[in-house]
Amino acid sequence: MPHTITRAAADNLGRSAEAAYNYRMLIRHAPDFRFSDITPKSWYLRRREFLQTAAGAALGAAATAMAPPFTARVNAAPQKEGTGHGAKLPNVVKSPLSTTGEKITSWDDITSYNNFYEYGPYKEDPKENAWRLKPRPWTVTIDGYAEKKGVFSFDEFVKPYTLEERVYRMRCVEAWSMVIPWVGIPLKDIIATYKPTSQAKYVEFITALNPAQMPGQTTRMLPWPYVEGLRIDEAMNPLAILAVGLYGETLPNQDGAPIRLVVPWKYGFKGIKSIVKIRFVDYQPKNTWQVMTPNEYGFYANVNPNVDHPRWSQGTERRIGNFLRIKTLPFNGYADQVASLYSGMDLKRNF
Amino acid sequence: MKPIVVLKRTIFAAALIPAAVLVLDAFQGDLTANPIEYVTHTTGDWAIRFLVITLAVTPIRRITGWNPVIQLRRMLGLFSFFYATLHFLTWFVLDWFFNFRQMVEDIAMRPFITLGMATYLMLLALALTSTQNSIRRLGRKWTLLHRLIYVAAVTALFHFWLARKTIVPQFQVVFVAAVLLLGFRVWWSRRARTQPRPAAPLKPVKM
Repeated sequence: MPHTITRAAADNLGRSAEAAYNYRMLIRHAPDFRFSDITPKSWYLRRREFLQTAAGAALGAAATAMAPPFTARVNAAPQKEGTGHGAKLPNVVKSPLSTTGEKITSWDDITSYNNFYEYGPYKEDPKENAWRLKPRPWTVTIDGYAEKKGVFSFDEFVKPYTLEERVYRMRCVEAWSMVIPWVGIPLKDIIATYKPTSQAKYVEFITALNPAQMPGQTTRMLPWPYVEGLRIDEAMNPLAILAVGLYGETLPNQDGAPIRLVVPWKYGFKGIKSIVKIRFVDYQPKNTWQVMTPNEYGFYANVNPNVDHPRWSQGTERRIGNFLRIKTLPFNGYADQVASLYSGMDLKRNF
Repeated sequence: MKPIVVLKRTIFAAALIPAAVLVLDAFQGDLTANPIEYVTHTTGDWAIRFLVITLAVTPIRRITGWNPVIQLRRMLGLFSFFYATLHFLTWFVLDWFFNFRQMVEDIAMRPFITLGMATYLMLLALALTSTQNSIRRLGRKWTLLHRLIYVAAVTALFHFWLARKTIVPQFQVVFVAAVLLLGFRVWWSRRARTQPRPAAPLKPVKM
């Protein structure tokens, strides 16, 4: 899209083009109301610009008026820089560890429905605010009990590895889920590079602290920076990856650019985003949500339908894009690969 | 037309806007990636907002001395009930899709659902007895019964607070407003008690 185009005009173009594409077979008549008759939703919806000209919007309205509620999504507004489609990642190989046979969640849903409190508490906030983040230049610091330590540029950090596509289920602690085609690097390969010593029992991850680029950090909603951790054997499990991409492209900012953790058998909040520091430590890291509400969020946070969150059930989940709830599986369906990590542990106590 | 009538009609029309926008968004497929959650949150937000706005009517009347404003109270309360009904139905129909066993478990096991359900039943009782006829029939008991709104406001706030993982800004707004409005009543009744001058009687106004 040329730079000279205005945001509002671009909104129309994107919306109508997508709508026309999706529903061109369905257009039968023009709407019997003009779009200008409708009350602007900016009156009550936060942060949503709504400056559409009647012509473009009328086409969009005509095209979408017949779309069934709750199923269709017209979400083609142009993305702010860093929150839309990124560069295609080269030489990505498919991984046999990918989840197969499940419908992959749409790009729009994965990039518009995010819990990323650094950009605000609401699901639509990250897409709206994450353009502020500058994911380059970026450094990752390796520290703690390891033979190789230091500050590495992002390119230096990821260069040694082959990028793999890993399709994983993602189960949020709020009882919704997605199926996401990540592109990433096995965490065990990264750990091998830095050679943790025998004193390293846990791996601690820390998100960038930059209130100027992450406006949520100007509030005290959570203690910043965000911290997560894994036991070292969890981190060495072949399923754990550091993701740098999505749908074969560089990771959008709202999904944790430039690099984030993905541990598919754990609740989504374990997947710490925009990582700047990885520390090999001998203590169990205090992860942010555990610090925030210790009786509700634990260190392990393994997906477990038999251990309810104190305030809601974890027995079922709503797959984004579906209507009916589905049953939640132990370890999010990855029990075969990870259950042995926890043999003999009381998972009710170690929630 | 009297100013209060103009105001009442304007507020009536404005109060329908959130519902209208929701319907419009639904037809545009613009209800986020998780439409059921979005509708649940939006209708819940408006239910509690209108509850708090309803609580503002009497303080406004006391402070300004403009008695006709009381004529807005029933309508605003019913709008709170209207959005609470949409909120409840979203949970009942869309969220659990008539899965009664799960819903009963939810109500029994999850404090925030228990509180939400209790709040809704209170609002239901208030809505059903909001008619002129009920006011006449119940007499003094009506005034007593409708003090339930204070309990409903507190349970609604708890429900909202427990439903979210963090204290979201929207909660802060309704919480502060509710505390101020309930606090006003405490202050007012104390003042009335310490000053022998009787407060203006709160008699039902014909609407």
